[in-house]
Amino acid sequence: MTAMTAQAATLDDVKARGELNCVVTTGVAGFAAPDENGRWEGFDVDFCRAVAAAVLGDAEKVKFIPTTGKTRFTVLNSGEGDILFRNTTETLSRDADLKLTFLPVNYYDGQGFLIRKELGVNSAKELDGASICIQTGTTTELNLADFFRVNNISYEPVAIETNEEGIANYSANRCDVYTTDASGLASTRAALEDPSAHIILPEIISKEPLAGAVRQGDEQWADIGKWVVNALIAAEEAGVTQANVAELAAAAGDNPDINRLLGTEGNMGEMLGLDAQWAVRAISAVGNYGESFNRHIGPDTPIGLERGLNAQWKDGGILYAAPIR
Amino acid sequence: MNETTQQYKPGEHPDLPPPRNLVGPVAWVRDHLLSSPTNIVLTFLCVWFLIKVIPPVLDWAFLDAVFTGEDRNACRAQGDGACWAFISERFKLFTYGFYPESEHWRVNLAFILLIAALVPILYDKTPFRKYGLYFSAAYPFIAGYLLLGGDFLFLSLTPVPTTQFGGFMLTLVVGITGIAFSLPIGILLALGRQSKLPIIKVFCVAFIEFIRGVPLITLLFVASTMLSYFLPPGSNFDLLLRVLIMVTLFASGYMAEVIRGGLQAIPKGQTEAADAMGLKYWQSMRLIVLPQALKISIPGIVNTFIGLYKDTTLVIIIGLLDPLGIGRASLSDTKWTGLSNEVYLFVAIFFFLSCFFMSRYSLYLEKKLETGHKR
Repeated sequence: MTAMTAQAATLDDVKARGELNCVVTTGVAGFAAPDENGRWEGFDVDFCRAVAAAVLGDAEKVKFIPTTGKTRFTVLNSGEGDILFRNTTETLSRDADLKLTFLPVNYYDGQGFLIRKELGVNSAKELDGASICIQTGTTTELNLADFFRVNNISYEPVAIETNEEGIANYSANRCDVYTTDASGLASTRAALEDPSAHIILPEIISKEPLAGAVRQGDEQWADIGKWVVNALIAAEEAGVTQANVAELAAAAGDNPDINRLLGTEGNMGEMLGLDAQWAVRAISAVGNYGESFNRHIGPDTPIGLERGLNAQWKDGGILYAAPIR
Repeated sequence: MNETTQQYKPGEHPDLPPPRNLVGPVAWVRDHLLSSPTNIVLTFLCVWFLIKVIPPVLDWAFLDAVFTGEDRNACRAQGDGACWAFISERFKLFTYGFYPESEHWRVNLAFILLIAALVPILYDKTPFRKYGLYFSAAYPFIAGYLLLGGDFLFLSLTPVPTTQFGGFMLTLVVGITGIAFSLPIGILLALGRQSKLPIIKVFCVAFIEFIRGVPLITLLFVASTMLSYFLPPGSNFDLLLRVLIMVTLFASGYMAEVIRGGLQAIPKGQTEAADAMGLKYWQSMRLIVLPQALKISIPGIVNTFIGLYKDTTLVIIIGLLDPLGIGRASLSDTKWTGLSNEVYLFVAIFFFLSCFFMSRYSLYLEKKLETGHKR
């Protein structure tokens, strides 16, 4: 088993194949979903494309493998997928027991509550006796139980299976509150008949750091995934965008950070087993972290998520890319 | 009133029309809708129910519906009915899945050939039926090549990986492959189960009971996840092929039991008579037993077909996007979230049409083959 999962040289396989197999969801609004022409679009999808651009030189050479929550890790571990960007919370058991190596967190999520405005509730602690729609068999169910026990208040669970069922039940008034990850709540709210009649309560009751992952045992490949994510975050921090990346990469400038990132100084790409232009290609394919965020899930999209925790550390968030040097 | 007074010889009086209150719409209404107090109450309840239900549904589906628009907000701005713009925008995705657009003609051609291949099988008065049946037998391979592409003799088509199959096309591929292969395998299993050779019999019984004891979802999971662990790393056994094999084997197990029911309804005298005529085992099966057994089993066989066809939606669990999967994925597109009614209705209509066709055809076949065994 270990011999199999520890197959090294994923990089060589990907190069030989000429295509990156990227594990995504079967559809989560804003993160990964096919558009009218069957082209996958979304925040997670952008990271797949960035890796393909860095490794293969072409952001379109990605084969997306849609997976459900149950099949995602086997698809990765069996070698069908090379890398996973699938709304996946990083946890100890997944890291250690399922033999994954997690990449840097690309979205900090947490569980929240959606409720009708007319009920006049302003805090989750006032939810005593409320009926709550909750997806069974998820970590959100356990988080919810913990939260209400700690606060010594009671609730009445309404068990549902899928997010759509949750929306249907909530809009038919069969539960007062719907709880799931905050990123999901925002898009749920946007899909309701009258979004302004509903609010998302300020409490976030769990930590859900969503991160990409690769198989354990191929350090070089894990490094590539890790530093592509870091490069996109660092690019935003340094002010490198899709529009100006070509210009900045043309010649070494005054900012050594940018020079190292864009390969005009040092040999960062070579250390990863790639060429000097790896980050340039990734950034020109999908833009920096903030551009991708705003394009798919930011305030101007129907999902309308604020940066919040996902702002750069300089702007009060916790996005903090390790230095590329 | 000349006719009534006219004199006839005994026995030559022409038939009179029935009394007026026994024919015509009024009589029909009285007979079928208002024949007893219970029926009267039920009739009025039904009428009230229809009046309550039909106008809102019509309003929603047609009168207030929006057929063109850029996104959900554009739909909502134009009317509060169904937003069919969503479906029409994504019709291609629903039909072809992720199949490359420039190669769509291959799917269309395979579909047209499918009809050409079905006609000789389904309709026994097709001209040149014999040659048509040869074509039908070759069809799965022709269609397979058309859809997959690659180099074959002097032909060369762009290869399309099966991971890009999706939508209705995927349903048809899985459904038709399952249907086409499960019937012959099912017949063999049913015969094997009655075999006097112990090894064959034990194998068939074990296989059938295993299939019947395990849910299809489990088999699909094994196909999608476990197999990759058993196979040597790097070997890439196509996911769709695995699914096709599992679905076919699953349907075969059920098919075998349906056909066994038919076989058991054939009196022993039939086989004995065939033996007395000097027919070998396969001859007596082919000429005497199976034609009768299969005829009796038609409803059960079609039932299994329809079940199999609808079970193809389960492939979403292993990440293949059939129409339902495409629908769900489409609902995640931020431009269109919240339009689940339209999607599910659309997919339901597709499945209803296909299944209704199968079920009507089976009725037609039963009527056609009903030769003297009517009970």
